[in-house]
Amino acid sequence: MKLTLRIWRQTSSDQPGEYQSHLLDDVSPNLSLLEALDQLNEQLISAGERPVSFDHDCREGICGSCGFLVNGQAHGPRAATSVCQLYLREFRDATVLTLDPWRARAFPPIQDLMVDRSAFDRLIAAGGYCSTGTGQAPDGNALPIGRDQATSAFSTATCIGCGACVASCRNASASLFVAAKLAHLGQLPQGQPERSRRADAMQRQMEAEGFGSCSSNLECEAVCPQEISADWISWMHREQRS
Amino acid sequence: MTRGLPDPRIPSGPLADAWRRTREGLPLISPLRKGQMDVLVVGTGLAGASAAATLAQQGYRVKVLSFHDSPRRAHSVAAQGGINAARSVAVDGDSISRLFADTLKGGDFRAREAGCQRLAEISSGIIDQCVAQGVPFAREYGGSLATRSFGGALVSRTFYARGQTGQQLLYGAYQALMRQVELGRVQLLTRRDVLELITVDGVARGVVARHLLSGELEVHTARTVLLCTGGYSNVYFLSTNALKSNTSAIWQAHRKGALFANPCFTQIHPTCIPSGDVFQSKLTLMSESLRNDGRVWLPKHPDETRPPDAIPEKERDYFLERLYPTYGNMTPRDVASRRARELCNAGRGVGPGGRSVYLDLTDAIKAEGKGAIAARYGNLMTMYERISGDDPYSKPMRIYPAPHYTMGGLWVDYQLMSSIPGLFVLGEANYSEHGANRLGASALMQGLADGYFIAPSTVTAWLAGTPAEDVPTDHQACREALESTRTRINQLINNNGSTSVDSFHRELGSVMIDCCGISRHADGLREGLKQVKALEQRFDAEVRVPGDACGPNAELEKALRVKDFFGLAQLMLRDALAREESCGAHFREEHQSEDGEARRDDVNFAHIAAWEHNSGGVPTRHSEPLQFTALQPSTRSYK
Ligand SMILES: Cc1cc2nc3c(=O)[nH]c(=O)nc-3n(C[C@H](O)[C@H](O)[C@H](O)COP(=O)(O)OP(=O)(O)OC[C@H]3O[C@@H](n4cnc5c(N)ncnc54)[C@H](O)[C@@H]3O)c2cc1C
Ligand code: SF4
Ligand code: FES
Repeated sequence: MKLTLRIWRQTSSDQPGEYQSHLLDDVSPNLSLLEALDQLNEQLISAGERPVSFDHDCREGICGSCGFLVNGQAHGPRAATSVCQLYLREFRDATVLTLDPWRARAFPPIQDLMVDRSAFDRLIAAGGYCSTGTGQAPDGNALPIGRDQATSAFSTATCIGCGACVASCRNASASLFVAAKLAHLGQLPQGQPERSRRADAMQRQMEAEGFGSCSSNLECEAVCPQEISADWISWMHREQRS
Repeated sequence: MTRGLPDPRIPSGPLADAWRRTREGLPLISPLRKGQMDVLVVGTGLAGASAAATLAQQGYRVKVLSFHDSPRRAHSVAAQGGINAARSVAVDGDSISRLFADTLKGGDFRAREAGCQRLAEISSGIIDQCVAQGVPFAREYGGSLATRSFGGALVSRTFYARGQTGQQLLYGAYQALMRQVELGRVQLLTRRDVLELITVDGVARGVVARHLLSGELEVHTARTVLLCTGGYSNVYFLSTNALKSNTSAIWQAHRKGALFANPCFTQIHPTCIPSGDVFQSKLTLMSESLRNDGRVWLPKHPDETRPPDAIPEKERDYFLERLYPTYGNMTPRDVASRRARELCNAGRGVGPGGRSVYLDLTDAIKAEGKGAIAARYGNLMTMYERISGDDPYSKPMRIYPAPHYTMGGLWVDYQLMSSIPGLFVLGEANYSEHGANRLGASALMQGLADGYFIAPSTVTAWLAGTPAEDVPTDHQACREALESTRTRINQLINNNGSTSVDSFHRELGSVMIDCCGISRHADGLREGLKQVKALEQRFDAEVRVPGDACGPNAELEKALRVKDFFGLAQLMLRDALAREESCGAHFREEHQSEDGEARRDDVNFAHIAAWEHNSGGVPTRHSEPLQFTALQPSTRSYK
């Protein structure tokens, strides 16, 4: 199939950026969008041009590295799918796709489609853990956790830290990311001792990093590749008040 | 100069409890003194993150380097199926000695028994540690930890978190690490590519890293260095590993004198989504745990054209169940992979080019309902659907073997120290307890055993016994390492070639899979060696790396990696050629029984091959004999 990629090109954070269009003439519908970018990059390299920068690694939807807007939608049109798992067979022949990097104050641009998401690590460092040292653990079976409770905690623990929720929120809020972590640990007995300290600390860090606040437009939930429910944001607000 | 093989420091006396005895005999350091000692950890996968967090908790000043933008993205995140632990809680009779036996036997008696025993002993503590960190393992309704079974074992001892076990274990270790960052005990340096090891008087004292955003070369020195940089399956180009998985750090350490053990032991995993297009960049694993509920089959007739659901039961060949009645679909990976490949080669395969077999969950879905299967493997089913475009709930999946895990790596002694004093190697980067074939769900166990429990004791012992001055970053050895790294980079950047790095990598991969893949023979290996040498020369002359050395340059990153893969590939071929036997995942066609099973040669090859680099010359092969006291080598049989 044929594909036109209209891509945001920017050499560094202090340089202005612009769109550049590239045509891929003969590309297999069985490739992922990232593989189409690889193909484009081989073309650019042989033409002596700078290849397009984009973050990626696992290419199977689990590491959270990849992520950009495809026609304005974080990770593209397919629900519950990160952009490395978006296959060209989803698109019509001769289509034009516009690719933009995540845009949020807390995610400074690096180059082209790459941005700096280390703010997420600082959110975790602020309190997104259980304070347990190695070698101090009791028997894992001494803390029975019902299957439903474990499953629910698991469903929030699966956040891959991609940042799509931030990128699609008009306030660039990190609420879904933070709510997911608070709900993961807050639903387990191991997370109880630090529960309210964790909620406060992560909230404060969210503000310090320059993420906006949640105004419940729920775009985050719509784009989240892990289908983390925005209900957890309400849960988080209760958590922070208590 | 041949330095030979250092003492592997295997404890004497009875096997059971040997680790406890060893650990109790290791020297300690006062917490106050630890605060003045710095430790460098490269890599933040399960091995690196767990080691760094634990060493920091003990009081060391820890510096962590990783080329990822966040520790959470290390490739451990992708592990799907689960982690083994011997906890005799169920009634199926599991025990430490059973896990030990399965591990040693699964590795086809090419691993050290003391190491396998230690793993089995530590395993249960790993689960407790992870639970305490908040890892949401699957649970029974009553609240106890759930388990499932995995290939190569007849008991159910694999703990899991749906198909995302690696992710959850990694997040546990990552969070523990970030806590230490917040406490100021860990300095986390991300987007750093470690390209060279620094040794002072033969002792590992630092690394040279390239900052992936600025392109700057940095020198980091410390009292000791831990390499936790993962596996090298990407030498095959298409593999289940993440695209940036590489061999650079361990390969450069090898060039500096670290012995490389059993490089040819690479595992080909039987259940991956088959490849399609030339531009396909990787292969995706379908966890082995699916074989619990899935049945593997092919149509009996080679000319079958009907869709799978139209093929009646009696015209299907459930070949693993037929050939291996005891283990059936749960035969270990090497065996299952070989059988699938043979049948496809014989023209019985399905799908494009006849290069896949069916993995069919229909019976399980009928018996338990779609909901139950989705709850067990949901994310895997979604992954399959996204990649293949087919619905795995209504149609059997198509799978084919793919390079997955590397059992070889830097040689380490029982204390995880390489042959370079002060250089520790953890996780998939080391040659370890897997022998010739890793059992399912044992890599996660090994990575975390190394990082949480073993290295913290043995690194302390090394530091206690080795008083040393700090190495200033402008030390002669640092300047030399920096200069040689710069030279390597400049050579690539200034090359006026015209061919992309990826196209060389693809070619290298195809030689390696053909000559050193699921099965090998001497002629193919010799031919492979010739082809890889020629390809490397072409790479040196013709590769094109656009851009320059400063600023982000993904092509330069790739070029550095692929250059190292060329060296490693040749060592793998040599190693496979020298090992005149079939064992585990290393199947030499010359050495097989009448019915096509591997034929091991315990008289001549019951050893670890440890290769020493000779600059410019042919590497030297050393061997470390393996002793078996608790369990005598027997022929692996899964019939
Ligand atoms: C798809 C898949 C599924 C798997 N499923 C299972 C399973 O179910 N059970 C099981 O037991 N095992 C499984 N495995 C194997 C297991 O996941 C790995 O062996 C294990 O996670 C490796 O951990 P590690 O810490 O050694 O390395 P990794 O997690 O690969 O971490 C390597 C680290 O080193 C860093 N690094 C590497 N090179 C450099 C460099 N040059 N400079 C700087 N940093 C560097 C990386 O940034 C990363 O942080 C699976 C593997 C794959 C690929
Ligand atoms: S909550 Fe969802 S969208 Fe946000 S970072 Fe996590 S996985 Fe990505
Ligand atoms: S590349 Fe890992 S999630 Fe997309």
